[in-house]
Amino acid sequence: MKFVARYLKKYKAQAILAPLLKMLEATFELLVPLVMANIIDRGIHNQDFAYIVKMSGVLVLLAVVGLGVSITAQYFSAKVAVNCSADIRRDMFVKIMSLSTGQQDKVGTDVLTTRITSDINQIQNTVNMVLRLFLRSPFIVLGATIMAFIVNPKCAIVFLIVVPVLSLIVYLVMKYTLPRYKQIQKSLEGVMKAVSENLEGVRVLRAFNCQDSEKDIFFGKTKDLADMQTTTGSVAALLNPVTYVVVNLGIVGLLLFSSKQVDAGTMLTGEVVAIVNYMSQILVELIKLANLIVLLMKAFPSAGRVEEIMNMANDERVHGKNANDADNFDIVFENVSFQYQDASEPAIENISFSIPEGSVFGIIGGTGSGKSTLLHLFYHDYDATEGKITLGGQNINEFEDSHISNIYGVVPQKATLFAGKVRENLSMKSHMDTSDETMREALRMACAYDFVMEKEGGLDAKVERNGRNFSGGQRQRLTIARGLMGDPRVIILDDSASALDLVTEAKLYKNLLGMKHKPTIIIVSQRASSVKKADQILCMEDGHVVGLGNHETLLKTCPTYEEIYYCQYPREGGSE
Amino acid sequence: MKEKNQKEILSRILKELKPYSGWIVLSLICAIITVSQTLLIPILIGRAVDCIAARGKVDYSGLIMNVLYMGISIGVTCLFQWLMNRVNNRITYSVTKALRDKAFDKMQKMPLSNIDGHGHGDYMSRIVSDADTFADGLLMGFTQAFTGVMTIVGTIFFMIKISPSIALIVILLTPLSLLVAKFVAKNSYRYFKEQAACKGEQTSFVEEVIEQNDVVRLNAFEDEAIAIFDEKNQRLTKASLSATFYSSLVNPSTRLINNLIYAMVGVAGAIMAIGGKITVGQVTTILSYSNTYAKPFNEISGVITEFQNAIACAGRLLEMIDAPCEIDEPKEKLGQVSGRIEFIDVSFSYTKDKPLIEHLNLTVEPGQRVAIVGPTGGGKSTIINLLMRFYEVDEGRILIDGTDIRDIARDELHSNFGMVLQETWLKEDSVKRNLSLANKDATAEEIIEAAKAAHAHSFIKRLPKAYDTMLVDGGSALSQGQRQLMCIARTMLDLPPVLILDEATSSIDTRTEQKIQSAFNKMMEGRTTFVVAHRLSTIKNADIILFVKDGKVVEQGNHAFLLRKNGFYAKLYQSQFEET
Repeated sequence: MKFVARYLKKYKAQAILAPLLKMLEATFELLVPLVMANIIDRGIHNQDFAYIVKMSGVLVLLAVVGLGVSITAQYFSAKVAVNCSADIRRDMFVKIMSLSTGQQDKVGTDVLTTRITSDINQIQNTVNMVLRLFLRSPFIVLGATIMAFIVNPKCAIVFLIVVPVLSLIVYLVMKYTLPRYKQIQKSLEGVMKAVSENLEGVRVLRAFNCQDSEKDIFFGKTKDLADMQTTTGSVAALLNPVTYVVVNLGIVGLLLFSSKQVDAGTMLTGEVVAIVNYMSQILVELIKLANLIVLLMKAFPSAGRVEEIMNMANDERVHGKNANDADNFDIVFENVSFQYQDASEPAIENISFSIPEGSVFGIIGGTGSGKSTLLHLFYHDYDATEGKITLGGQNINEFEDSHISNIYGVVPQKATLFAGKVRENLSMKSHMDTSDETMREALRMACAYDFVMEKEGGLDAKVERNGRNFSGGQRQRLTIARGLMGDPRVIILDDSASALDLVTEAKLYKNLLGMKHKPTIIIVSQRASSVKKADQILCMEDGHVVGLGNHETLLKTCPTYEEIYYCQYPREGGSE
Repeated sequence: MKEKNQKEILSRILKELKPYSGWIVLSLICAIITVSQTLLIPILIGRAVDCIAARGKVDYSGLIMNVLYMGISIGVTCLFQWLMNRVNNRITYSVTKALRDKAFDKMQKMPLSNIDGHGHGDYMSRIVSDADTFADGLLMGFTQAFTGVMTIVGTIFFMIKISPSIALIVILLTPLSLLVAKFVAKNSYRYFKEQAACKGEQTSFVEEVIEQNDVVRLNAFEDEAIAIFDEKNQRLTKASLSATFYSSLVNPSTRLINNLIYAMVGVAGAIMAIGGKITVGQVTTILSYSNTYAKPFNEISGVITEFQNAIACAGRLLEMIDAPCEIDEPKEKLGQVSGRIEFIDVSFSYTKDKPLIEHLNLTVEPGQRVAIVGPTGGGKSTIINLLMRFYEVDEGRILIDGTDIRDIARDELHSNFGMVLQETWLKEDSVKRNLSLANKDATAEEIIEAAKAAHAHSFIKRLPKAYDTMLVDGGSALSQGQRQLMCIARTMLDLPPVLILDEATSSIDTRTEQKIQSAFNKMMEGRTTFVVAHRLSTIKNADIILFVKDGKVVEQGNHAFLLRKNGFYAKLYQSQFEET
């Protein structure tokens, strides 16, 4: 919560004024019973009409001024809460943008999304409520007690008993119920999970005739939930009746105490009425305070979760000083190994190869063979645990990330697009030629020109969320076009032709090989057909290189490659 | 499922609540007692104040009497309020549980077409949140509305008894605060809508950027993303400020009205007291009524929306509970089967206007293999749906060993079929219990045996707790291939005479795929098998190939026959499997 206070500082004036104004409003409220007491003791008692009218004027004035004060306070607290959370949200987004791949992966994308949305919303609500109520409620409880002392110190002693007893009751009930509400929530999530699991597995469960046993499990879960709710509810059910008893017994006490004093002439009837009123006010505010504390308890973890992200180190990688502009773009891996932070074994081990500028390099291997890890190291998403990676003779660590992104044109495995227009998706790299002609050329190269132009608006055609208004194959070709923008010196296709038919794939490769500036082309795939024509093919298995060479060599020397190949192209006779 | 109108829903709700009518009556009695006793207190306080009139004029015996009454009233209120809370809890939680259980029970029995045709999220929200909203909204709303109305009626009654003219002031002016509240709420609704829209827009942008963080980074898009975010954030801030501020005006403005009424009642009361028409104690009673009188109005207006919401939720939930069950009217016992399957003139379609399978005839001898082939999304799973009787045929018959599958209990039919689907579904439970789904009494040895046969033993024993490892999130810690091996092992444990298999597509690496293939081969030995096939070897070795396109079986025969026919199958074979 401390870091939220840091953000509040920027709006210090309003953040202090809002609760102060709320307290002022509360003061007006506390004055009302006193005015009433005067109406009774002076107005009614002395039959003074003028005085009664004057005092009612005071009541109206208190109400109107109270409204003005309270509206101002509401405005200030809304402003502070909203602006404060907007600042937090922005800083968090900037933070997320600055996190390295490794750091982002560590947290997970779902977690980041909920933290920047619902957690910050929770903070906003809480800041708003705290500014409005956190001082007001205790102030009224305290104020009512003080006013009681002003009216009649002897009777006010009742307050000194009632207020602590009430607080204790509220505290005990909350102490019992709050953790149980959390359990109930968890148990409810369990019920939800059971339903979802059953819907997803409906075919399997029916095929295995598991309906009855699933029902038993589910009924058990709902029973546990209902039992927990009932037990917790029976304690929560005590709160209202018991506090009611305490407050009203307090009033009884006040009446008895004051009767003696009125009889003795040290107290007036109006004062009795006032002091009874103060007692009634306390209860409402204590309950409000209890609810506020519940809200705060929910907000604390939210704030903690947001802070956790804010305090993450941006980058765990080594960065050297800026590299010079390279005069060639050869890529060399020398004995490179890499191990993920929490892994027990290296993901890739002792990998060496070199890719001369302008050549075609294929990487093949099954899932889990280490292809994706290898690619991460190409763009310096992570530091190599051992060995050295150079780009144009300079260590990859020496390059700035933006520099690397200018050299590489990457087409990721998952063909995803941003909502917006085709044009915006193609011109993501800010400092490059984004004329219509360049974009059209990239689309042509990626075999995407025709279907984009058929869409309404052409380059300005709408792209829906995740590009769902394009087919899988079309999306893939659009991401290829995006990767080709800005004439990158190294093009990496990460399993990017999986949704294309063979004819289109062949045409795409022909286009790439025909590019004028002769970029290096790196093709990662599970299909032998995609890498067959590469100058060199790196065959990986279990994080190791099991073969390096061209297609013919590998067929002869690398059993894994042979296996993958014949799996797709069965030998004559069709045996396995 | 048929949608119900409001009246039908209400009568249906009453039926559902009938078992609780005793409890509900008890709750109402408690409410009546609580409310009347609560309203009595201001009167007793007023009388007590009158007993403490002035110096030397204190009526002690009267005061003691009143205080005694107060004590009794407080005790009664406390007791019945507590009882009412308990009873209400009991009703709410029991009704919620009963409805959830009924809905879940129905979920197990409804035709699969109902589940396939609905978003899973929809049923989930019916069973989880609709049940809650219904119970909370309807029952709590009902008690709140009931006590609210009781309070209002009671207050008016007592006020008129004390002073009709002052009562009139309160009764006439209180609706003003409701009008103000409504006015503010209506205006802030507009801002809330705007806020929700801005929030949604920002959230989807954030999700997009975070999900595609690799694209963002590799295109050095960060600064621009921040600029776009800033613009959205500013708009959200503005909308959010308006929404928060306007909605926070409700309380202060209604409080103003109530305070003004309080002042007027004070003046009127005082003047009447001077005239001797009422006592000072009665002034305090009526003042305290005027303070509490407005509250139930606000509550009731909230209850009405809640009530409507609850009825809507109940409608959705009851619609699910009242949905028809699958027809299951067994006429015959199957006993031991050999696995002969016949489709006789079968026609089927998911929707009436789109005929799919028409007059399909197919005879599969025991032990034969049927490969179902065709483009993705072509409807290969339709055959599985019909065989398992997940969907019923429209015309014709499907026979197993000469018996119509509609004449057999579903349980018995299913126990003769083993099924391994490509969507590898695993329960959130231990590996062991996942594997023994088909045979809950299987011994540990039998389970390990099956796992070994499915090539799953070697990775299972390397899991943190081997066979006792809990699988979370559908076994997300396992690879797709490992999950499929688990599903195979699950079926291996209790191998039935007929198998339905779904070969994995390319997402599995070669090695694992070979293991799966070998496990499949082991299973298929001597069993009638239907395979949704992708691998050439499976297809070529099949006794019958069904080529399915656009949901229809367009070709049928073995490999050689279909190649000679030179139709769809031949074309597919040439484009996908032959080297160009």
